[in-house]
Amino acid sequence: MRLRFRLNGRAVEVGVPPGRRLLDLLREDLGLIGTKEGCGEGECGACTVLVDGKPRLACLTLALQVEGKEVLTVEGLAQGGKLHPLQEALVETGGVQCGFCTPGFLMAAYALLLVNPRPSREEVRAWLSGNLCRCTGYEQIVDAVLLAAERMRDARA
Amino acid sequence: MRRRPIPAVKPADLGEALRYLAEGGKPLAGGTDLLVAIRKGTENPPFLVYVGELPELRVLRETAEGLEVGAALTHAELLAHPATARFPILRQVLATIGSPAIRAMGTLGGNLVTASPAGDGLVALYLLEARVRLVSAAGERELPVAEFIQGPRQTALRPGELVRALFLPYLEGQPLSFFRKVGRRQALVIAVASLGALVWVEGGRVAQARLALGSVAPTVLRPREVEQALVGRPVRPEAWADLVPLLCAATQPISDLRASAEYRRKVAGRLLLALAQALARPA
Repeated sequence: MRLRFRLNGRAVEVGVPPGRRLLDLLREDLGLIGTKEGCGEGECGACTVLVDGKPRLACLTLALQVEGKEVLTVEGLAQGGKLHPLQEALVETGGVQCGFCTPGFLMAAYALLLVNPRPSREEVRAWLSGNLCRCTGYEQIVDAVLLAAERMRDARA
Repeated sequence: MRRRPIPAVKPADLGEALRYLAEGGKPLAGGTDLLVAIRKGTENPPFLVYVGELPELRVLRETAEGLEVGAALTHAELLAHPATARFPILRQVLATIGSPAIRAMGTLGGNLVTASPAGDGLVALYLLEARVRLVSAAGERELPVAEFIQGPRQTALRPGELVRALFLPYLEGQPLSFFRKVGRRQALVIAVASLGALVWVEGGRVAQARLALGSVAPTVLRPREVEQALVGRPVRPEAWADLVPLLCAATQPISDLRASAEYRRKVAGRLLLALAQALARPA
């Protein structure tokens, strides 16, 4: 099919089998390898992206499901060569070790702050419960989300 | 494991979708169960028909008797919609499904059609005595959820038929609602056992009770003898103790990689006491 959608703010048109996984479309066809494949069955959250502002697992999404939609991947977070506050905060708190789960955590956290700019620690933990990390142990990741939320509120104020 | 893309179509409207289904296509909504099964090779449909955005499957309509919920509404959409506030048990159950991403993808109709004995959404649908509204080229028909589900991953869905909506009749009075599942991880957990309940309490005693157990039988189970035995009992765990063996005896659990049959049976009994404790606690 000729698939039309918006990807990281840009209109994209690409020829793709309609049943191709969004994950493969992003990584293999469009070269956006920031989105990772962990388990491939919806348990680990490594392939989390945003579709129309809501978190989705790219491993369980077919190309035809994003027709006409707005897709945001980790590549779309940094603006003008500057990291997103969530990315900066993750670096500062040490919430990144091997980095494989990081794009998924970033996108899940980004989706949270869209609907709840002032989450409690408990809300952050609950929201990130679909994402697995084997290195850092979550505390630093939760710290980073809270830190970024605070800075983003200050920036808006 | 399947690596090649599966053939898939996106019909323009319901009529086209039903024609594709009549040709042997399998409906795809959220994909959180189906795409996993296809990848693992346990499902191998000739092609998929994406029904997740058909307007007929996305209605949410309040009538005088109840709420009609389009089959392709996601768990997250149902949790956020004001109309579901009349069904606290539905919200309680849906809030425990998967993770935020899974809840933003998975649909109530999909949860139904997957017909997992561990399907959390089904526990709410059995408690609410939901009716399943089916559509095909031949017209519409309606079945109680307990008749629609026929066994583990087996439903009364006929070839070419699609779940259009679920109808949730309004409840009389203000029952207390309870849902608890036991598993090995809080997020994305597939329950070892779960118990949902609607309990109408008058003057400290049970006036009426509906119980639904997940993961301890081939389908979600309503232990009717326990429901009846609860009527008139004070809301105190010690007044329910003799019902624990009755509830355990009603289960037909299996042993699998998540838990043994014996453990599931014990947990089910323990959940009954957890319900009594929750009800006894002053709100």
